[in-house]
Amino acid sequence: MDHLFFGYFAGVIALTALLVVAFKNPIYSALSLLIMFFHVAGLYVTLHAEFLAAVQIIVYAGAILVLYLFVVMLLNLKTDDRYHSQWRAAAFVGGPLLVEFFVLLAGSLSAPPAALPRVDIETGDNTLAIGETLFSTYLFPFEVASLILLVAMIGAIVLAKREVPETPAS
Amino acid sequence: MTIPITYYLVLSAIVFLTGLVGVLIRRNIIAILLSVELMLNATNINFVAFSEHLRDLGGQVFVFFALTVAAAEVAVGLAIIIALHRSKDTINVEQFNLLKW
Repeated sequence: MDHLFFGYFAGVIALTALLVVAFKNPIYSALSLLIMFFHVAGLYVTLHAEFLAAVQIIVYAGAILVLYLFVVMLLNLKTDDRYHSQWRAAAFVGGPLLVEFFVLLAGSLSAPPAALPRVDIETGDNTLAIGETLFSTYLFPFEVASLILLVAMIGAIVLAKREVPETPAS
Repeated sequence: MTIPITYYLVLSAIVFLTGLVGVLIRRNIIAILLSVELMLNATNINFVAFSEHLRDLGGQVFVFFALTVAAAEVAVGLAIIIALHRSKDTINVEQFNLLKW
């Protein structure tokens, strides 16, 4: 049963990831990315990360993708873009990773499962456990994350602001 | 019967590879940013899988931080795209050769 769920989610994730790159129209790419986000959230649920599944849907599918679609609509694109002629660079970088992927796949069939130390965490309330970890061990990175968001917000406003002509004082 | 960690690694490798090739071969800046999102999601899958495998919540917390960085990246990246579109009226990366010499 677990394998069935994993197979479904992994298959859809891999397929939609390919479609994101393959579609010529950015709107279709964004929509297949949306399907991928939902299935990644499903994968998180099978991994007992319920809070992250909710955050994945709310932040990624809800906020980030809407921003993408908004910009695609705003720019009013023509769909005549073709692929880059950078096949050599893509092959040079992608080839070693592909080899690594096959090595990994071959290793998974032969190697015995590694004996790893199992530290028991609180079972049950995933959100509570994440909150406690976030606000105790990772408190400083959490504050830095808020600073990053503030800087990104100010930067986006400054970059996208159009020069407003001076209105004459009435 | 639980899923071996290697399955998640293979899935993550596939998604990361797709995103990497997408960054390299697409000409549309928006498609390039979408491919970057693919790569970030691949790493997030790895983080959550290892978090479950090692029974350590640190991986899930790092997904949270990766999500923050992804949101910031999208905000700034899309603002840059809008500024570029205003100045050059295209978002084809081959038209932008200002730093070429």
